[in-house]
Amino acid sequence: MTAQRPHAEDQHAEELALLAATDDRPRPPGWRLSPAAVVTYLLGDGAKITPKYVGPRRLIEVAVSTLATDRALLLLGVPGTAKTWVSEHLAAAVSGDSTLLVQGTAGTAEEAIRYGWNYARLLAEGPTEAALVPSPVMRAMRSGSIVRLEELTRVPSDVQDALITVLSEKTLPVPELNTEVQAQRGFNLIATANDRDRGVNDLSSALRRRFNTVVLPVPASADEEVEIVTRRVAQLGRSLDLPEVPAALDEIRRVVTIFRELRSGMTEDGRTKLKSPTGTLSPAEAISVITNGMALAAHFGDGRLHAADVAAGIAGAVVKDPGSDGVVWREYLETVVRERADWRDFYRAARDA
Amino acid sequence: MPELHYGVRHHGPGSARAVVAELDRQRPDVLLVEGPPEADDLVHWVADAGLRPPVALLGYRTDDPRRAAFWPFAVFSPEWQAIRWAIQHRVPVRFFDLPYAYRLSDGGLAETGPAATGDSPARSGRPVDPIGELAAAAGYDDPERWWEDVVEHRGMPAFTAVAEAMAAIRESAPEDPEDLVREAHMRKVLRETRRAHENIAVVCGAWHVPALTRTIAVKDDTALLRGRTRAKVAFTWVPWTYGRLASWSGYGAGVRSPGWYHHLFSTGDDVVPRWLVNAAQVLRAEGVPMSSAHVIEATRLAETLATLRGRPLAGLTEVTDAAEAVMCDGEALRLELIDRRLVVGERLGGVPSEMPAVPLARDLAGQQRTLRLKPEATPRRRELDLRRDIDLRRSRLLHRLRAIGVPWGEPEDERRGTGTFRETWTTRWHPEFAVRLVEESMHGTTVADAATARVVGAARSSATLAEVTALVETCLLAGLSRAYPPVLAALDVRAAADTDVQHLMAAIPALARTLRYGDVRRTDAAGLATVLGGLLGRVCAGLGSATGSLSDEAARDLRDHLDRVHRAVGLLDSDEWRERWLDTLGQVAGRPGLHGLIAGRLTRLLMDAGRLDTAAVRRRLRLPLTVGTPPAQGAAWVEGFLADGGLLLVHDDALLDLLDEWLADIDGAAFDDVLPLLRRTFGAFAEGERRAIGERVAAGAAGRAAASTADAAVIDHERAAAVLPTLSALLGRAVTVADGAGHPDGVNHAVGATDERGHP
Repeated sequence: MTAQRPHAEDQHAEELALLAATDDRPRPPGWRLSPAAVVTYLLGDGAKITPKYVGPRRLIEVAVSTLATDRALLLLGVPGTAKTWVSEHLAAAVSGDSTLLVQGTAGTAEEAIRYGWNYARLLAEGPTEAALVPSPVMRAMRSGSIVRLEELTRVPSDVQDALITVLSEKTLPVPELNTEVQAQRGFNLIATANDRDRGVNDLSSALRRRFNTVVLPVPASADEEVEIVTRRVAQLGRSLDLPEVPAALDEIRRVVTIFRELRSGMTEDGRTKLKSPTGTLSPAEAISVITNGMALAAHFGDGRLHAADVAAGIAGAVVKDPGSDGVVWREYLETVVRERADWRDFYRAARDA
Repeated sequence: MPELHYGVRHHGPGSARAVVAELDRQRPDVLLVEGPPEADDLVHWVADAGLRPPVALLGYRTDDPRRAAFWPFAVFSPEWQAIRWAIQHRVPVRFFDLPYAYRLSDGGLAETGPAATGDSPARSGRPVDPIGELAAAAGYDDPERWWEDVVEHRGMPAFTAVAEAMAAIRESAPEDPEDLVREAHMRKVLRETRRAHENIAVVCGAWHVPALTRTIAVKDDTALLRGRTRAKVAFTWVPWTYGRLASWSGYGAGVRSPGWYHHLFSTGDDVVPRWLVNAAQVLRAEGVPMSSAHVIEATRLAETLATLRGRPLAGLTEVTDAAEAVMCDGEALRLELIDRRLVVGERLGGVPSEMPAVPLARDLAGQQRTLRLKPEATPRRRELDLRRDIDLRRSRLLHRLRAIGVPWGEPEDERRGTGTFRETWTTRWHPEFAVRLVEESMHGTTVADAATARVVGAARSSATLAEVTALVETCLLAGLSRAYPPVLAALDVRAAADTDVQHLMAAIPALARTLRYGDVRRTDAAGLATVLGGLLGRVCAGLGSATGSLSDEAARDLRDHLDRVHRAVGLLDSDEWRERWLDTLGQVAGRPGLHGLIAGRLTRLLMDAGRLDTAAVRRRLRLPLTVGTPPAQGAAWVEGFLADGGLLLVHDDALLDLLDEWLADIDGAAFDDVLPLLRRTFGAFAEGERRAIGERVAAGAAGRAAASTADAAVIDHERAAAVLPTLSALLGRAVTVADGAGHPDGVNHAVGATDERGHP
């Protein structure tokens, strides 16, 4: 049995070991690596260490410094800007363990952040240490590692408030046992939140004050985005055991161009204004369009990525709301795609799709 | 004591502090500063409390003030600090750069325009900010932090080290011919000074230091300087702002962050916490709650970041990153706020009121003389006839002054329609205008230049389409042809971004007036037609969706906009646009579910334009006035349709009958609802029209038929023809009597046509 997607610390165990071996800078208490080495792990060094995140260096530096100042880190951004990805790799590099994870949902209960009870034991033995079921946050406090909280703004406000004591006092009282769990050094929390969710369950100012915010942007340039997509497509293809399909750089560039143009509401040459669809069209979606196209090409096509293989995927990614997005997509096809001489094949494929 | 050369970083607070410390140690007899020697007489103003930095030396050609240059000084500029030191210690100061007069003369060096400063941008590949580049090479993005860290904290003799570094760089860097001439002049002045003094201090850009110590024969320098003619120039101090310092092209690479430098210079220790406290205060002033805990955490983060980046001190990048992460909660606006208020700063300098007149004021005085417009403190009415050249120029001058915030003249009556060539102004001069002129002189040395700069700046920063549209009219009225392209570009951008069709519609009338009457003012409005066409295209595309589900209020707004755009399109001499507009109106009028007011209005506009014949109009009128439509909707339709007056009803019996029948059929309860609407519609008609309509209704259908034949019979064709020659002269083309003249339809069309043109 092999996991469909290994944890970051397993997948990149060699790189982490290599960094740990050569890292001679002081490490904050509880950290596996020095902050500088964590930054190198995420951004790559151009040789043995592969880049995990492609984007502004200063953002990663701020994120790592935040963890080192024992303030909690809030990663903010539109969906698909690698928030979870960054948080997983940060946890893997800092604590060597990215598995302490709370998935925030509208139904997340306080037990997921504090602790729950094994009710059979609770009834049999009364409140004892053994009947206590610790949450990932509590376990992280005990072991002095990084805990991750996904989609913080999805969590109901009253549950969010359970974090305040944890983050400011670094302790989790258990009144039933008349004890408390004190966070060991190295404990910290990385939360991610979606920019589009703003206003759903906004953080109270008391909680917000405990976080440093880092906004992860969409890639600044087309080349950067192509690089991200190419790299991830290759990794995903390997881990999903897709048959080898030469990832056609032209197709990737085209998908990225379409996504960027629709996202920014303007053609890359800045001449034509466009309408933007409701979807976010993040790099993550470009990656899935390409991966999907490669699967199509490998299993049903001639093994090469053609315009037709990505066309349906793109339309699906763009048209999230059949009413308005359909118009946007058709308008884009007719006014922009049609005019581009070397995009003929794509235009035909997209119109038929 | 020998002579000492202090190679500084222009606008570098670290250099400034070091220079003052060194001067205290050296105690020179004379101080030479890089700067235009013509400004030597102005140095004594530095002692005046009224001269508050940031200020700039403004040099200009006396016979052509548009050719001008600025030398800005902030409180943290080493030159400023050196001059201040010299004044306090009664040490003579001389500027020893190449005279500005040489640079301006026609045979002189290539001029870089009014943006040129003491240090021109890197044209020849030589670094603009050599110390900044040294710092960058050492891995610092904030040259001042590098200076502090490498130069000051290591306790090395700063200026010796800098001079050595520059000498090393200059050995391999290409030489700028202009630099060579300037340095030749510097050496020449230095030699003269050496004859009189021994203990000399020289403050100049670090780049020039190696050139001053180099041994070069006197005759070589003289040869370089020979044969240059001098233009006549004058200098004065003008106020400056940190914003201008930041955007200033000449030093562009050096001072992106004047506010930060000011902070570095004026804050002794605790640079980072104090800065972050200021940032918190900026945010608090905007109503963002910021506690001291935020400042503490931001300070810690800034210091951790500096450690992570391997820097001994947190610089601007670190404090900005920290403020963003801790204080901004991911909101880009807050960071912009900090950037604007703090990093750049909003400080405005001041000059004493006794300062010699700035060229802007001289330019104004000159124009006041030639245009015979005396500044008087008592209000005075002036009638301007724009067909006369002098009045046109007067009008432009008054409009330009308004654009730069000197409302010397107030336009009496903005109402149009009394003729496009008349303007009435009330002029009254206030003494504070003189201060405004001094402040505005940073934008340009003539009224026209300053107004252009101000209008362009306003267009770039304006948020709404309406603001930019107003600026287009300002351009027209003030005759600022050079401001047109950027203002139109801004207009285009705002129009593309604005999704509200009504905003776009609101922009059209002013533009159409500009295009139509532009030639009255002899303005060159090239490009305007393209922009207007684009705007109209967007309106046509979006009008359909803008007419859906409107409240009564919104329908009235849209009706007004429709009327105005319709009139504007009529003003334009373009069949293509007219067709496009009427086509759009035709399509929109056919949409189901239109508000009655809009539907009625569109029908009327189309009818007046000859797009609908009376039969079609009757058909359209009948539908809203049938039982299936609520009476209120019908009344709104009638209001929209008849808003221009009731003449139509006097002449079209079929319409009148339809309306009459509909009114009579409304039941008692509904009548109360429609009565106010009808009252509003009919109440706006002229007295005579109302009477005529009343008589016709009272006479009944049969009586009216008889009356109208009787009316037709009394037309005296000979008397009617008597007006034709005058009419021909007015219209500029021959008018003849066609068949069927006097027919009711013909009259209606003629009425409609004059309505659209908007002016007789």
